[in-house]
Amino acid sequence: MLRLDKLVKTYKTGDQALKAVELEVPEGQVLALIGPSGAGKSTLIRCINRLVEPTSGKVYLGDVELTDLSSGALRRERRRMGMIFQEYALVERLTVMENVLSGRLGYVGFWRSFLRRFPQTDVDEAFRLLDRVGLAHMADKRADELSGGQRQRVGICRALIQNPALLLVDEPTASLDPKTSRQIMRLICELCKERGLAAIINIHDVALAQMFVQRVIGLRFGAIEFDGPPEGLTSDVLTTIYGEEDWEATIETVDEDEDDVLEAAV
Amino acid sequence: MPVQDRKGQKIWQRRSGRESLMHWVMWLIGVAIFAYCWQQISESTTWFFVWDAPRIANDIWTRATPPRWEYITQLGKPIWDTLNIATLGTIIALILAVPVAFLAARNTTPSRFIVRPIALLIIVSTRSINSLIWALLLIAIIGPGVFAGVIAIAIRSIGFCAKLLYEAIEEIDESQVEAISATGASRWQIMAYGIVPQILPAFAGVAVFRWDINIRESTVLGLVGAGGIGLQLSSSLNVLAWPQVSLILLVILAAVVISEWVSAKVRGAII
Repeated sequence: MLRLDKLVKTYKTGDQALKAVELEVPEGQVLALIGPSGAGKSTLIRCINRLVEPTSGKVYLGDVELTDLSSGALRRERRRMGMIFQEYALVERLTVMENVLSGRLGYVGFWRSFLRRFPQTDVDEAFRLLDRVGLAHMADKRADELSGGQRQRVGICRALIQNPALLLVDEPTASLDPKTSRQIMRLICELCKERGLAAIINIHDVALAQMFVQRVIGLRFGAIEFDGPPEGLTSDVLTTIYGEEDWEATIETVDEDEDDVLEAAV
Repeated sequence: MPVQDRKGQKIWQRRSGRESLMHWVMWLIGVAIFAYCWQQISESTTWFFVWDAPRIANDIWTRATPPRWEYITQLGKPIWDTLNIATLGTIIALILAVPVAFLAARNTTPSRFIVRPIALLIIVSTRSINSLIWALLLIAIIGPGVFAGVIAIAIRSIGFCAKLLYEAIEEIDESQVEAISATGASRWQIMAYGIVPQILPAFAGVAVFRWDINIRESTVLGLVGAGGIGLQLSSSLNVLAWPQVSLILLVILAAVVISEWVSAKVRGAII
């Protein structure tokens, strides 16, 4: 569904953020991208929808090659790739509803969007999604009145209303507390399953990644060092990705039951 | 080196010996320049007029009080003109300043090497010339009257508004713009959704602030014949009608105080 072919990104400063990355993501697969800061995780995700222009290499989304597209064609393809951001990146001064509907901008003409006259089907879908993430009553609130977890849910709605085939998720939990982090990760993975979406999730928290995804990619200095199931993340593997450290505590499998008890107690 | 090692004890001072010496020398030079300038000014001043000033001021004060209150019936129209010059001028300036600001901001300009310098030139040139001088020029071109005043105020304000707006545009949170781009939005949609909501408070602040300034500026435009209450002020001054002058100053003061109150209220409502 998504295929990266020898993707290279060299920044103007000479830093090589990606070194000929080869990656294939089948339909409906959720994968986590782990690696130390500066390994090129964000760059990789942004090279796919060309928020960052790759230096060379090819990106195939289905049958379409993205790196050669004109700006108009790129905009049409971006509609098929929803993106979720680290600091939510909601437009703070717009309402929750406007933020969700902004996910439809690629489908709606300028004046309709400027005058906020979105098609009723889009509005219906927005309410449905807000209801799904438990924020239906917040539709009229301004985005900056929401808590971190609520904002990220709005961010998820904005990405999903695009009706994408692929989700690009950049550190969705980096600014959230541990419990909210789990809830957000669970929500993203559930929604991907419901809709058969593929997703690439950048994530710092190795334990959290192991809990929710089917496949883990380890990135180090812009090259893939590990590609396999979460169980394959042994302390040796983590040492090659991150460097020497005592990894036993990190890869200790988290007890899901205990998590549920915690959930019920709240 | 502010840290010295003296018998194993570390002594910290703000400046090292040489630095503090330099500091004192700089102060000395500064004071010397001030004294020299003072002397120059003093030489070219006719001190007789200065010593005479309190007596003359007192004389004008007695002539100017009490203000000629019945004259106020003739001031309604001019003060209304003045308010209109300021308001219309500000609106025209804002309409012209918005595109200039987008062309001048580093993150929105279509070309850094051609369009941006032109936009910056517009900002600098309109800002650097006082509205009185713009009014003088425009009176020569389009004749005396309120219209010349409106245009003078508008031109003078473009640079000010555009500069503050483009600084606000450069300070926006880029991640919000990125998020809107990622949805497949067009260039104009990115502007309407990613940028405009972020600069709206700055825009409103700049608008009332400039309107407030323009009310003061438009009161004097009449001095050169560009309409408004300044016209009455200059004719009263010409015939030495001091009680009328004092009344006009009171009216201007009242207008400025009211405009200040309004702009404070508006700004409070936005933020």
